[in-house]
Amino acid sequence: MQAIADKDGVKRYLVTLHINGDSYTRVVKANTLLVNFLRDDLDLTGTKKGCELGDCGSCTVLLDGKAVDSCLILAVEADGREITTIEGLARNEKLDRLQAEMINHAGVQCGYCTPGMIMSAKALLTRNPHPTEREVRQAIAGNLCRCTGYVNIVKAILAAANEEVGEGSGDE
Amino acid sequence: MTRPLTRCGQNEVKRGMAMYLPDFDYYAPASLPEACALLAQSGPRAKVLAGGTDVLPMMKKEKIAPEILVSIKKLHQLTGIRETPGNKVVIGARTTHNELVNSPVLQKKYLSVCVAAHRIGNNQIRNVGTIGGNIVNAVPSADLPPILIALGALIKLTGTGGERDLPLEEAFAGPGRSAISPDEILTAVIIPGSSLTGSTYFKFAHRRSGALAVVGVAAAVTMEGEVCREARIALGAAAPTPMRAKKAEELLRGRVVTEELLEEAGRCAAAESKTRTSIRGSADYRRDMVRVFTKRALRKAIKDGHS
Repeated sequence: MQAIADKDGVKRYLVTLHINGDSYTRVVKANTLLVNFLRDDLDLTGTKKGCELGDCGSCTVLLDGKAVDSCLILAVEADGREITTIEGLARNEKLDRLQAEMINHAGVQCGYCTPGMIMSAKALLTRNPHPTEREVRQAIAGNLCRCTGYVNIVKAILAAANEEVGEGSGDE
Repeated sequence: MTRPLTRCGQNEVKRGMAMYLPDFDYYAPASLPEACALLAQSGPRAKVLAGGTDVLPMMKKEKIAPEILVSIKKLHQLTGIRETPGNKVVIGARTTHNELVNSPVLQKKYLSVCVAAHRIGNNQIRNVGTIGGNIVNAVPSADLPPILIALGALIKLTGTGGERDLPLEEAFAGPGRSAISPDEILTAVIIPGSSLTGSTYFKFAHRRSGALAVVGVAAAVTMEGEVCREARIALGAAAPTPMRAKKAEELLRGRVVTEELLEEAGRCAAAESKTRTSIRGSADYRRDMVRVFTKRALRKAIKDGHS
């Protein structure tokens, strides 16, 4: 990775991140967190910031398909990796099933936890298309919701899974 | 380590806690000798970055302020879990908690390690945090050290002076302090072949997810019929470092296991523990929980094998 020092001696690094199918090459400081890179550099503000310590899951994105807290990953560490954010789920103006079922089941109140919640659910359904309720609850245990009490969120995720079963098709 | 932000009145609240990280230099050396040389030359100014799930929050809370982070992401020899001759299991230091949970080798031989790993943090943390970090950060309540110590694990360290193996139970110096030299990198955890017939880890915490242990108790035993030939008990969050309950172990060796004996071992482990009062529980409460969970852990390790 190329590093260039500025006039104050602070180094900057050239990184390329593959986000929602597009490649972005940017110059970042070592202390740039992935969540701030997404929000501030790329205007991908669907990824939210909550506790910023890895407790709340608001900033959950997929890193090489796995749910991770983007507040605890340096942009330089994500160099060359595949990232999916909430903005990457809808295709051709069509919502992902998880997004649609969150609406159908009123799994959204204030909405702040929703992107992270959906990304954790997305990682689960990709790995395990037929989860039990227990598995759903375990998968979103790292995503805190302070409004709905999780019941409708769990229903929405299970509905998204069943729908995939019913139609016999995977994700796009 | 509780977050001060939501604990007004119990911990000192740091106003304007910086959620942006201060500047630091970042290196991702391509080889182990290069990484060790960099650490040797930087001394205490540098810190190793593995998963970052401990290091980055500590930096955000301004508990540490390294000037240099040395990422080990390019050291691919630090990954993977494999069985080697002599019935050893070698776990690369960069193995994430979820990789431990999902490892077929561990599921077959030491399910107890998978169970302990599954109790760490939450899914997002388990996808990033590593076994090496869980050890090196020397957090007294860490979940992996007790079960690994009970299984007699060694850690492999590489420094500028060469390689050495250290019993895991000797790797801790105090809360947040390991006995690993600043120029050394933990490369692997080795679970040696043994005749242990069962092992288990009980984590007692206030929530099932995202909570640190009030106490953690690991037990490993070698049973011969009803007789306990060998017992190893390791406690987490019960002392400044993970500790063995050696008197309780001694009590069990060579004895026919009865419910009364397990109760006595629990009492003995509680007496040995050096619990302290913190936000998660008082010293007395924790000591009593050591008694309860030592008994339960022993009973499970005796009955259910490596579970």
